[in-house]
Amino acid sequence: MKAYFSELFTGAWSLIVGLRVTLKALFSPVVTVQYPRQKIDVTPNYRGHIDLIKDPETGTHRCITCGMCMRDCPSDCIYLEGEKQEGVKGKVLTLYTLDYTKCSHCGACVEVCPTQALDYCDDYEVAGFARKDFHYDLLKRVEERV
Amino acid sequence: MQTLNSYAPEIIRIVIAVAGAAVVVFGNALIMGYMERKLAGHFQRRTGPMEVGYHGILQLIIDGIKLMSKQLVIPAKADKPLFMLAPIISFAPVFLPLLVIPFSDRIQAFDLDVGLLFVLAVASINVLAVLVGGWASNNKYSMFGAFRAVAQNVAYEIPMLISLLAIVFMTNTFSLRGIVEAQNVWFIVLQPVAFLIYLVCMVAETNRAPFDLAEAESELTAGFHTEYSGMSFSLFMMAEYTNMFIVSCIATVFFLGGTSGIPLPYFEYTGIIWFLLKVYFFMFFLVWIRWTYPRTRFDQLMNLCWKYLLPISLVNLLITVVVVKL
Repeated sequence: MKAYFSELFTGAWSLIVGLRVTLKALFSPVVTVQYPRQKIDVTPNYRGHIDLIKDPETGTHRCITCGMCMRDCPSDCIYLEGEKQEGVKGKVLTLYTLDYTKCSHCGACVEVCPTQALDYCDDYEVAGFARKDFHYDLLKRVEERV
Repeated sequence: MQTLNSYAPEIIRIVIAVAGAAVVVFGNALIMGYMERKLAGHFQRRTGPMEVGYHGILQLIIDGIKLMSKQLVIPAKADKPLFMLAPIISFAPVFLPLLVIPFSDRIQAFDLDVGLLFVLAVASINVLAVLVGGWASNNKYSMFGAFRAVAQNVAYEIPMLISLLAIVFMTNTFSLRGIVEAQNVWFIVLQPVAFLIYLVCMVAETNRAPFDLAEAESELTAGFHTEYSGMSFSLFMMAEYTNMFIVSCIATVFFLGGTSGIPLPYFEYTGIIWFLLKVYFFMFFLVWIRWTYPRTRFDQLMNLCWKYLLPISLVNLLITVVVVKL
């Protein structure tokens, strides 16, 4: 008989506790984001596809066209070209393409780069309609970036 | 009887009453559908529908149009006449209890002497609809849902009736208006045990979580309405929402003094504001517990009814009778 009533009261009390939890949630601010209209900042740890960094001192990229990234890439998705120019020390980058359809975000290129010219970008809306939408011209991207 | 019939001939009164009941049924389904989804969102710290109209306010209209324009799929081996009949059996009787509910002193279609019995008798037709629908679908999930619904509703009708009977003994009337008028003090104060028992039974009678075993999604896909689509599905949903409204009305009439509240001008009519506020408080409570508690197991459900609610309601009835007769 005692167990009967204690079960009843502990049960009822747990129900009240539960109601209190959900009532608190009802009056707490919403935590979801209305995505296409509202966006939250991407964490700096986010590993998007690679991008050439714009050096704030020189105003351009830091690539020296050594080709280490191209050689190191396990999926062969980086292709770059450079040429010798008058009055400039070393080679000048003329083409840097990333075939994102094959990239696996391993980051070997970022780690191998001797001048830290590469980094992951925070671009996460990368949907496209055709395969060629994912062949990025990183040199053009770094020049267009403010 | 101080209702509309002193002003208008009988036939007009009937037309007004039926139109009013239809407005309540459909309006309530719209409001509750929106409120349920919005509250469900906010209970989980989401926003709920946001896209159609300001804060998703037109969502239910869009959903209604979608359901109406959908094809009615009838399974090949289903019992076709019964399959089509079940949503109608479910939906048609929900208008009737609304006719005897005293929304306000002058807003009540008929004041039956046996109002309570009428409401409970008509409301329990819904079980038949669930059974017919589940049986006719010729589907194991539907059938189990229907069996569960019948067992559950038959079980919970008893403590519900007994807890309400305690109040009938106090007021000496089955008429809902008479019960409202008898409440100088709200009966929730005089009969707290009956109120709590009624509260549990009301959730079980409307087949809502945590007692939604008849449509337990995780076990039975959708229970008795697994095979229903389009308008026949929405008839079931509207019947469910209207049943929620009716049990909330009964709770308001029996325990919260019906229309009683701070007097407003033209209180014979504006009493409906207080009445609806109380009703929607109960509706809010139903949504609240739905998004708080997990579903009970079937043996737990039956234990709760037969081992707790029934004995306690009988003791409560006995004490009430003794106190009334003293």
